[in-house]
Amino acid sequence: MQKRVEEHKDRKSVRDLKIGEYGVICCLKDPEMGLKLLEMGCIPGTQVKLNSRAPLGDPITIIVNDYTLSLRLDEAETIMLK
Amino acid sequence: MTVVAQPEIIETPPVAAKPAVAKVALVGNPNSGKTSLFNQLTGLNQKVGNFPGVTVDKKTGTCQISAHQKVQIIDLPGTYSLYPKSLDERVIIDLLYDPASQHYPDLVIVTADASNLKRNLLLFTQLADLKIPAILALNMVDVAEKEGVKIDIPALHKGLGVPVIPMNARKGIGVAALKILMSQQLEATPVQFYSIPQEVKPVTESIKARFGLANDYLALHYAHQYKSLKFLTAEEAGWIEALVQTHEFKSNAAQADETIARYTYINELLLDVVRVERVEKDEKFSNRLDQVLTHKVFGYLIFLAILFLVFQAIFTWASYPMDLIDQGFASLNGVIQDNFSGPLVNLITEGIIAGLGGVLVFVPQIAILFAFIAILEETGYMARVTFMMDKIMRKFGLNGKSVVPLISGVACAVPAVMSARTIENWKDRMITIFVTPLMSCSARIPVYTVLIALVVPEKYYFGFLNLQGLVLMALYLIGFLAAIFSALLLKTILKARERSYFIMEFPVYKMPRWKNVGITIVEKSKAFVFEAGKVIVAISVILWVLASYGPGNSFEVAEQKAIVEAKQQSLSQVELQNLINSHQLEASYAGVIGRTIEPAIAPLGYNWKIGIALLTSFAAREVFVGTMSTIYSIGEEENVSTIKSKLMMEKDKDGNPYFTPARSFSLMIFYLFAMQCISTLAIVRRETKSWMWPLAQLLYMSGLAYIMAFITFQILS
Repeated sequence: MQKRVEEHKDRKSVRDLKIGEYGVICCLKDPEMGLKLLEMGCIPGTQVKLNSRAPLGDPITIIVNDYTLSLRLDEAETIMLK
Repeated sequence: MTVVAQPEIIETPPVAAKPAVAKVALVGNPNSGKTSLFNQLTGLNQKVGNFPGVTVDKKTGTCQISAHQKVQIIDLPGTYSLYPKSLDERVIIDLLYDPASQHYPDLVIVTADASNLKRNLLLFTQLADLKIPAILALNMVDVAEKEGVKIDIPALHKGLGVPVIPMNARKGIGVAALKILMSQQLEATPVQFYSIPQEVKPVTESIKARFGLANDYLALHYAHQYKSLKFLTAEEAGWIEALVQTHEFKSNAAQADETIARYTYINELLLDVVRVERVEKDEKFSNRLDQVLTHKVFGYLIFLAILFLVFQAIFTWASYPMDLIDQGFASLNGVIQDNFSGPLVNLITEGIIAGLGGVLVFVPQIAILFAFIAILEETGYMARVTFMMDKIMRKFGLNGKSVVPLISGVACAVPAVMSARTIENWKDRMITIFVTPLMSCSARIPVYTVLIALVVPEKYYFGFLNLQGLVLMALYLIGFLAAIFSALLLKTILKARERSYFIMEFPVYKMPRWKNVGITIVEKSKAFVFEAGKVIVAISVILWVLASYGPGNSFEVAEQKAIVEAKQQSLSQVELQNLINSHQLEASYAGVIGRTIEPAIAPLGYNWKIGIALLTSFAAREVFVGTMSTIYSIGEEENVSTIKSKLMMEKDKDGNPYFTPARSFSLMIFYLFAMQCISTLAIVRRETKSWMWPLAQLLYMSGLAYIMAFITFQILS
């Protein structure tokens, strides 16, 4: 699960989504942050939607497992998409 | 359940027999309705204490579950898993991982939000694998149903192997059923939700053997968390560390695998249990509300409007009960002084009762502020504010959640520091607590207004901009800048204990639960009165003694001197008494101290009289005005114009006015920065559970005050 994805630099992360756009989680880049995100339901294979951005662009909210999760862009960057 | 034939027992209250269930722990995700359930079960029978060595409070309460049976309910901080990520969540460790501990629960009640069962069950399955008897309180079933989520409760009960109680904790539905179940002897679930992988087995088996544990999953937690388990000796922790290293046990990877395995299990389980007939509405109500409340422009405007309302409320609404409390204590003192006399009466009236009044007078402000904070939190709006402010505050080493305490600090630092509890990250919370007292609180207003009136002319610009008002505003601005830049400074000094992150569930907007708001108000006010109160009363008594007694017969000497002076100037009886008070103050221990510290404060432009005021107002800034009026022999009236005219008449050696702009501004700046507030120090001590923080604050703020006042005085004179 902890496969680092440096070889997939061109891969999209949740950070790259546009508002209203969906993606499917492939893996989590940062092992430590990843644990917290996993517990919050960001499991590989789950669909996420970028829901909104804070007025200054950061943090953002995503919809995962039918609930709204807010996180900073730095954290969103660690959630890689398929 | 097995029924054993037994002789008929005449019902007697069980006296000596230990009840089947004595300690119940309440566990659940944040926003799962855990607090509501806790309040429903315990009402006002709550107690806030703390586990030794942990900076976070432990809330306990008692619940009468039947006519003869009371249980202790322990409320644990909301958490998403049994692997704590923050200091707050770490309380769980102390409770659940040491079966030998006296706090170890007989039963856990897991609250789960029915509309988000998947994520809520993660924590449940972890607890169930610890094999503690459990009940699942399936909360907000009605809300879920409205959203089209149908839960087959018997199937869920079968799948989890524990009783499942559908409930609505907000309305109290299901609480009675929960109480009945709690009174029964429950068994742990036979279902195993996660099996330890083969490669980890050697580690868990060794731990089980060494510590005599029966449970595999508990042993796994020892392997993960040996560093945080306080009940292990250093030798035991070292032994686990060595074990973990020889078996190349990777904690992070193992946790990730476990979480995924559990989610997979839960997904399978819920396949037959939960049916979602959700009509994909375009946008949920909460989402539409968010488009306005977190809008680029309106979001901030609405936030400002709410703040304005809160401050209006704190200043205006609170002033009525505060005046009543003030008058109440004054008349109580009056009654006592009219009927009794002697030093003991003085100690009681001027020391203890005055001190108590100083404590209780803050209660209305605390109650109102916490009412607002509770409402903003209950509705889910606070999460949006932190979301909007996070990016700005992060630049200064603060956090989105620091906004609330900083702004509350303009009213009073005491409730503001208490409200910093919502910040989970240790470093962010400490910085916030540290800088909050720099915000100009309401106690600085009397000092500011008297001194501004003394040296700033009442001039108007453009017909409405009052120069005095502008100066006052500038003082508030300086305070805010000082707070922000102190935070920036502290950011570089302080080492983070945890990584700062902002992964937070966005709660759905809800109506506030008034019972929760009420309980919050009572709890916070009680905590303030009892915890901070002790220190305030003690200091008031000490200050009273210092100002009321002098070395040797100095008081009689002072009185004689005053009588002689009064004869020369042919003063009235009242003026004579004031002159005696003034001379006696000079002769008192406080006066002696004032004289002693005079050389130290001379560079700021202050004499010994201001020195006494600085010392007495250490307990609370507003004491400054009262002390100055005593020193300048104008009695106890806090009449601004009288004080002003007296201060204006004060001349220096050369006969020039003593209160020059340089001196006055130096004093204002001093009071702006200095930590002249025992209540704040006491509450910081309480909130950080260490003397280090209030002392550091005292040194930093006093140092800053001294330097800034010195610069102000030297530049202006």
